Amino acid sequence: MSTPKLAVWKFASCDGCQLSLLDLEDDLLMLTGKVTLAEFREATSGVVEGPYDLSLVEGSVTTAHDAERIQEIRRASKALVTIGACATSGGIQALKNFGDVERFVAAVYASPEYISTLATSTAIADHVQVDFELRGCPVNKHQLLEVVTAFLHGRKPGIASTSVCEECKARGIVCVSVAHGTPCLGPVTHAGCGALCPAYNRGCFGCFGPKETPNTAALLPLLRDQGLQQAEIERLFQTFNATAEPFRKVVEHA
Amino acid sequence: MPERRTITTDYLARVEGEGAMTVRLDGGEVEHVELRIFEPPRFFEALLQGRDFREAPDITARICGICPVAYQTSAVNALESLCGAEIPEPVRELRRLLYCGEWIESHALHVYMLHAPDFLGYESAVELARDAPEAVQRGLALKRTGNELMTLVGGREIHPINVRVGGFYRAPTKRELRTMVDPLERAREAALETLRWTATLEFPERRVECELVSLQQPGEYPIERGRIVSDRGLDIAPKEYEEHFVEEHVERSTALHSRLDGGTYLLGPLARYALNAGSLSPLARESAKEVGLEVPCLNPFRSIVVRSVELVYACDEALRLIEGYEEPDRPFVEVEPVAGTGFGVSEAPRGMLYHRYRIAADGTIEEAKIVPPTSQNQRAIEDDLRDVAARNATLADDELRALCEQTIRNYDPCISCATHFLDLQVERR
Repeated sequence: MSTPKLAVWKFASCDGCQLSLLDLEDDLLMLTGKVTLAEFREATSGVVEGPYDLSLVEGSVTTAHDAERIQEIRRASKALVTIGACATSGGIQALKNFGDVERFVAAVYASPEYISTLATSTAIADHVQVDFELRGCPVNKHQLLEVVTAFLHGRKPGIASTSVCEECKARGIVCVSVAHGTPCLGPVTHAGCGALCPAYNRGCFGCFGPKETPNTAALLPLLRDQGLQQAEIERLFQTFNATAEPFRKVVEHA
Repeated sequence: MPERRTITTDYLARVEGEGAMTVRLDGGEVEHVELRIFEPPRFFEALLQGRDFREAPDITARICGICPVAYQTSAVNALESLCGAEIPEPVRELRRLLYCGEWIESHALHVYMLHAPDFLGYESAVELARDAPEAVQRGLALKRTGNELMTLVGGREIHPINVRVGGFYRAPTKRELRTMVDPLERAREAALETLRWTATLEFPERRVECELVSLQQPGEYPIERGRIVSDRGLDIAPKEYEEHFVEEHVERSTALHSRLDGGTYLLGPLARYALNAGSLSPLARESAKEVGLEVPCLNPFRSIVVRSVELVYACDEALRLIEGYEEPDRPFVEVEPVAGTGFGVSEAPRGMLYHRYRIAADGTIEEAKIVPPTSQNQRAIEDDLRDVAARNATLADDELRALCEQTIRNYDPCISCATHFLDLQVERR
């Protein structure tokens, strides 16, 4: 019996989410014993042609060439999973969607005419059908292993879609918002980090993007009471998942 | 030998990010080499405009998943120096400890997973693990210890959440740090094993001729701070960087290339070791001597040995810092914004990383400039590539391509960073 073919693809990103695969260390060797690494340029110069049983896609679409490339990858993949905030909601580079891209190019490059880029940074699901979206900036590597294992066995990944708040309560961490008045996006942010920031005396800043059905409107008055100005609130929602609908609305409805 | 040929690699493997190589030869003459960066631009300097200065460490960390601590550190160095913040010594040492974690994680990744397969003729560490499982296991264990240290001090290994302008959100307790002593002692043994192992690899003869640049801080091997020095007498403060180093934008790249007073220069392990070997810990210095690593080492192929020495040092230094750790009274100092321009540098695993920020009195970032090590090294990499191709022009395409790719990997290029950075084709005519 042939082993399933796993492919890892990179679009505009920091490489951190695919590094999470390498960070699995011992589990990585266990995994690579069960699959053929058909495409994973950061890890291997070996390439096996598709079709692929599972494609993991990191990064967002920011160039015309990449918009075509994702179509080819989708056609060659039985299942396609996006990993991380860039692939799932455009990433921090999607902040340019709110501004003027020519100004962005001119701010960085002395000869803007050499640069080809689209006006937007968009999620993979804006281009092709996606079978599962794993959130996080970066993804949680244990969740990543769970998703890969689930897909290879044809079952649904066991990934909670609740909030950071629930993880925080489950860990018994003192609420930084209630006890210290620290602005915190925990109530509206997707679980997955294990309530990392509150555990470090810091308010959640939304790395995992919006939870399922978040009530962001209910959080805004609390953030204002905690002393945040409108511009500060907007900045808080405008980071790694700024184009995710519930976070985008906070800014657009202001 | 065919007269004209082009050797290309459209998508370099085992580097961080997306780059390609072209080498064009006419008989024994190299007509053209280029390291093309096609990683899509992400415009960090532009999206930092209008943000609060306190957001810089979290935002700039996202430039690179492999060296986020470097970005966070250069950012806070720039902003704290501008705002006149005095960082208490225990907090600074905690930063250095976190940074040691990143050096261990990044160097172990490069030595074992990206670079060693080149010397031993494997496509990947996964393939290598089938024949040499104990070596790869050792590398993974080292990497895991680096990650654990980053997780403890920084909250997580990729994009740590605990770094802020002024210090940390939460300082670990002595007891928490003590849990890292056993793993780090084992990691130090593994690093010594790594050094003995990499020193036995076969290295082509090479010698780089360009100026060597690194940070320097009296009494310590440079990591999180220092003046900018070179082997040709440069000795400047971070704020003088742009008086000497100039970035250029060239057509083939989404990265910008740098020059030092008009010339080519090299950052990273070879430069750090050449300029600071005397500041290594006695164990790192002795073990380098034992395997016959001279000072300076100017052969980029042997950078894997120098990285191994730095692995020994980073483990040793982390243990020293933990031994002397006193919990700070407060994990951070309050930093009030001051209108003006701040300059910050630190030694990312692959070389010096420069940040400059201009901020307004209310803390809004008006302008940001970030110069990652790989774009600074790109010219040196291309010069080396040209010379390697010329000296080996009689090799068949496949062998020459492999040698050229290895030449690039010698520098541990991080293309994700350099974009603001690489495509390897060898063209022969």
